[in-house]
Amino acid sequence: MKITKRTFDAVIVGAGGAGLRAALQLSESGLKTAVLTKVFPTRSHTVAAQGGVAASLGNSEEDHWHWHMYDTVKGSDWLGDQDAIEFMCRKANEVVIELEHYGMPFDRTDAGKIYQRPFGGHMSNFGEKPVRRSCAAADRTGHAMLHALYQRNVRANTQFFVEWMALDLIRDAEGEVLGVTALEMETGEIVAFQSKATIFATGGAGRIYHSSTNAFINTGDGLGMAARAGIPLEDMEFWQFHPTGVAGAGVLITEGVRGEGGILRNSSGERFMERYAPNAKDLASRDVVSRAMVTEINEGRGCGPNKDFVLLDITHLDPKVIMQRLPGIREISIQFAGTDPIKEPIPVVPTCHYQMGGIPTNYSGQVVAPRGSSMSVAVPGFYAAGECACASVHGANRLGTNSLLDLLVFGKSAGETAVEDVKKSTKAHKDLPQEAIERTLERINRLDTQRDGAGVHESRLAMQRTMQNHCGVFRFADKLKEGVSKILDVQKDVQRTVIKDKSKVFNTARIEALELENLIEVAVATMISAEARKESRGAHVRDDAPDTAERPNGRDDQNWLKHTLWFKEGNRLDYKSVKLTPLTVPTIELKKRAY
Amino acid sequence: MRPEEDRGARLRRLRWHCRRALLELDLVFQRFWRQAGDDLNDSDAAALERLLELEDHDLWELASGRRDTDDPQLRGIVERLRQA
Ligand SMILES: Cc1cc2nc3c(=O)[nH]c(=O)nc-3n(C[C@H](O)[C@H](O)[C@H](O)COP(=O)(O)OP(=O)(O)OC[C@H]3O[C@@H](n4cnc5c(N)ncnc54)[C@H](O)[C@@H]3O)c2cc1C
Repeated sequence: MKITKRTFDAVIVGAGGAGLRAALQLSESGLKTAVLTKVFPTRSHTVAAQGGVAASLGNSEEDHWHWHMYDTVKGSDWLGDQDAIEFMCRKANEVVIELEHYGMPFDRTDAGKIYQRPFGGHMSNFGEKPVRRSCAAADRTGHAMLHALYQRNVRANTQFFVEWMALDLIRDAEGEVLGVTALEMETGEIVAFQSKATIFATGGAGRIYHSSTNAFINTGDGLGMAARAGIPLEDMEFWQFHPTGVAGAGVLITEGVRGEGGILRNSSGERFMERYAPNAKDLASRDVVSRAMVTEINEGRGCGPNKDFVLLDITHLDPKVIMQRLPGIREISIQFAGTDPIKEPIPVVPTCHYQMGGIPTNYSGQVVAPRGSSMSVAVPGFYAAGECACASVHGANRLGTNSLLDLLVFGKSAGETAVEDVKKSTKAHKDLPQEAIERTLERINRLDTQRDGAGVHESRLAMQRTMQNHCGVFRFADKLKEGVSKILDVQKDVQRTVIKDKSKVFNTARIEALELENLIEVAVATMISAEARKESRGAHVRDDAPDTAERPNGRDDQNWLKHTLWFKEGNRLDYKSVKLTPLTVPTIELKKRAY
Repeated sequence: MRPEEDRGARLRRLRWHCRRALLELDLVFQRFWRQAGDDLNDSDAAALERLLELEDHDLWELASGRRDTDDPQLRGIVERLRQA
């Protein structure tokens, strides 16, 4: 079947922070640029980010990019690539100040400089003491960032395709990426977008878990599309869990609550963090607190009828403090936990928050995959940035506020590289291979004609429960093994989902079925990669790889200091080495990660 | 309502516009649709359309009761969201 074709110099999928930053680079250089997005740009998930964006501006006290780099390498548990981390930390000031010039309303000091506050894991002088490095715009940092970038893009004539869902990557026999197929929600029409540069900025896939802080939109579409086109996914076993999501709902309760004196308690009312982290107690790092909570629950000291959550207690705080310093927490608790935190503690569980892995890229934003004898060869025409990409700066564990920085730095650098590549190329657009387009049409046709299949809602729930129970905060060899076979069963159901509504206009049932086809790729990649990695590192913690003198924290550098690559075809795994050599400074040597 | 859009299409479009950037809102709207289902009348739908034009943080302040609206057209629908 022939479908409509639209031709651009560059096509960007995603209009969150990463997509908008990349688009700006392309449009301002005069290239004809299209941005596709499932929702209006300023409703992208970046809006949810409150904490801030990291940059060693040194406005409040002395700071240096090299210290930031050290913190990021250490935070990553040495799985981050040191060239990309140096690149990001050195560029931080530039991209934050650029954003200020675009009109971002950062909080300011009395002297008129960008105000900076401390954030977990960010230290001065190579891990000595906390430093003020996070730049924020009240509690709406992500929102303000998107607005500034969106306005700027409108000025630069970026062409937005709002409520368009990209479905598949168009890749030819030589492996070159030539664009995407996409669905216009308003009409149900499938269109081919042809481009010389295709940039993915589709965000994370946090909805693979049952308990997630992520909005419903985070379905990992970019990862699904890349995997179906033969691109591997990197380090998918690493997911950050936030300790305090409201039990049952997932909604995030900020770290600020514990900062103001909130205490975690088990079923007997004990302040259990005193046992796990005698100094930092409830303020220990995210992974330490999450694991302590899960241990309490696993050992039968959870609360509620199913003993499956713990309590975050702020009843001892002055209600005035709660209302003034923790705005919004009370409403969240009343709405989603049914308790007023002034009178009763809030039920919480560690909740999936951030995806460290993704589509493999280098620090120039090019997507890289194995080819011949090399493990990282640029895929022509294809770039990625933001949470969907793995540069890899977060390695096995991300530091708070480094993600917004990642969007800005790698959004920009992916854009810059794409501009160079497009301007260099003298060839006309290549013809689009019909087989690639047929693959999309077949998927749509399958959904339209499927009978007696599995429900979308039921299959999604089965996937989320499997991930939560078999591949959560704490991982067990037998549970992971079982998880692999269970998730492959769920995958079979996803291949035969059935929808009742076959209408064309805004068919949300169809959209959700297509999203599930992406989520399941991510879930399978995660489970298989996690089962195979026989050590503990950062956010991947296995019961059979405990903390020993020989292997502190269970980390096994001899065998596992390497990135996982999962390929959809045959669920094959491969590994590539971590880049331990930075761009200009000496290697930050391996050490036990301790705070 | 857009010209030539039928009622079913209008409701489906509204449902999609309830996909927001904040999980809080996704959850509120999920409950809302479960209760309201397809029996939103035209004036409810028009009010919801306007409400969905708001920024997410502002919408959440209304839905969670931190702020009230003085727009008479929105009051009814905001109340239903809060009850959802
Ligand atoms: C509650 C919460 C708080 C956070 N706070 C912070 C913080 O304070 N600091 C920090 O650094 N990080 C924070 N993070 C993490 C950070 O917000 C995200 O990692 C980041 O915003 C992701 O941005 P992105 O541009 O990669 O993707 P997103 O902002 O998620 O945007 C993805 C875009 O892709 C589009 N899209 C997706 N699939 C398709 C498709 N198939 N077709 C067309 N378009 C598509 C979407 O419409 C959207 O426009 C937080 C995360 C959460 C959940």
